[in-house]
Amino acid sequence: MKFKIKRRSFNRSVGGDIGINILLIVFGLFMFLPMVYAISQSLKPLDELWIFPPRFIVRNPSFANFKELFRLMSESWVPFSRYIFNTAFVAAAGTFGHLFFASLAAYAMTKIKFPGRQGMFKLVYYSLMFNSTVSALSNFIIMSMFGWIDTYLSLIIPAFGSTLGFYLMRQFMESTVPDSVLESARLDGAKELLIYWRIVMPMVKPAWLTLIVYSFQGLWNSGTSIYIYSEELKTFNYAIQQILAGGIVRSGAAAAATVIMMLVPVTVFIITQSNIIETMASSGMKD
Amino acid sequence: MSEKVNAAQAPKLRKDMTKWQWIRREMNKNKIGYLMVAPYYLVFLTFTVVPVFASLFLSLTQFNMLEPPIFIGVDNYIRLLLDDDIFLLACSNTLIFATMTGPVSYLLCLMFAWFINELTPRIRAVVTLIFYAPSISGQVYLIWQTLFSSDQYGWINGTLMKLGITAGPILWFQDKRYIMTLVIVVALWTSLGTSFLSFIAGFQVVDKSLYEAAAVDGIKNRWQELWYVTLPVMKNQMMFAAIMSITSSFGFGAIVTALCGFPSVDYAAHTIMHHLEDYGGQRWEVGYASAIATILFAIMIGCNLLVNKILSKVGK
Repeated sequence: MKFKIKRRSFNRSVGGDIGINILLIVFGLFMFLPMVYAISQSLKPLDELWIFPPRFIVRNPSFANFKELFRLMSESWVPFSRYIFNTAFVAAAGTFGHLFFASLAAYAMTKIKFPGRQGMFKLVYYSLMFNSTVSALSNFIIMSMFGWIDTYLSLIIPAFGSTLGFYLMRQFMESTVPDSVLESARLDGAKELLIYWRIVMPMVKPAWLTLIVYSFQGLWNSGTSIYIYSEELKTFNYAIQQILAGGIVRSGAAAAATVIMMLVPVTVFIITQSNIIETMASSGMKD
Repeated sequence: MSEKVNAAQAPKLRKDMTKWQWIRREMNKNKIGYLMVAPYYLVFLTFTVVPVFASLFLSLTQFNMLEPPIFIGVDNYIRLLLDDDIFLLACSNTLIFATMTGPVSYLLCLMFAWFINELTPRIRAVVTLIFYAPSISGQVYLIWQTLFSSDQYGWINGTLMKLGITAGPILWFQDKRYIMTLVIVVALWTSLGTSFLSFIAGFQVVDKSLYEAAAVDGIKNRWQELWYVTLPVMKNQMMFAAIMSITSSFGFGAIVTALCGFPSVDYAAHTIMHHLEDYGGQRWEVGYASAIATILFAIMIGCNLLVNKILSKVGK
């Protein structure tokens, strides 16, 4: 007896399909179970957190840990709303500036043929190759020369010049915005700034959504900054870390905090997934 | 008549000008271009490029942030390489760590993006999310500390003891024998990030008719299809993903610190990043720390250029 198997493409053996699915499931569990455990921990009442043998899945789920977390938040010395404001303000300002600066530069670089643009782009390309740990110290010196230590500026302004967002934006514009559209606009006498704002920006919506998400994730997940001393200027993430550091008595609240810190970026990704993937399609590097 | 006028007004052709004349003219014509890139590049140069050169210069000095720097030549490098045992340990740890996480994570990204690409779109989106989520969830990797907690309430210890495999709890993150392995596992867990997404996207945009043509041309199985058809098309994607993987494989210092403490027991998980943090952030020996940073910088760029060279051979 022959089964009619609907194949999507050529060259696919049944054995290979089974192997691939087994690997996907095994590794998927490795990726997924710690997340499940994190959520399970956050729902365990205190007595269930400290039993032997420990249970993987919670038996009597309760939101007690989340309540405890909010109680701790309301008792904090600097009001928690201040931390949330700091994160929101820094993330919004940094992201907005980055979006504007990076897209403006990406437009000029891909659509105006000025000499030196290739070299300029190479510089960004090379700077993707090292992470910021190597320049953190001299950055601190530069910040202090500007007098930006312990101000919002030290967090916001460098975000304007982030490399990955600019890189993705430039690649996306190069591969999706046809020169012919711009040419006809130029013949009609449109100024470059107008073309950038009215014609190109609406065409690269996936790229700027991606840029916003990346910028937001970066700022959301960044905890302590070496440039900030004042308690009133610190971010939500930092405040959460303080609760996490509170030791055994706070293990319930800490588990709840971990889940909150995790849910926000994951939700943002779920909403924007298709746009991000579309942007990534043009992320390739041509020599 | 009109032709004559045109000839007189027509701009000089490129071949009639020297190279510099032509560049000058193009620069003048496209002034607006420079104006438009200026804001971004001003910030980018100040906070990304200048610091690298500044740290190169500072690495040749003795500097504590209070007194002006004193030029001492390559003394810092000599001290690092000949006199600092912990730095050499940190170097070897970093290399183990980077070779284990960089290439392995890169291959995992490629492999799972490839597998996921075979799924139907709806399932694909869900599985992508499951694999990608750990890399964006901030400090959720701390759950590994709970799982591998050093008392009997940690799930791993508890389960091992209940099954009678071990008599007492194991101090996972304090034991030299387990630290590196565990930290590498956790790092891999969080490493399916930008490279992974880039591959997912790369597989989706490969022209499907290429596969049909390849099947006609005698490609027999999915491996041949991957090697001869898909990868050459995705070469640019592979380059980008490689750079992202390498850069992040040198950036796992924070995870190590969070899991094993700083410094880790017997420096068992001490990396160059930690050494840098130690001298730069705690001892304020800025010159010495800059030398560490410069070496780290050179290693990262070197790895990337090497990998680019290797990748340019794919599909040939």
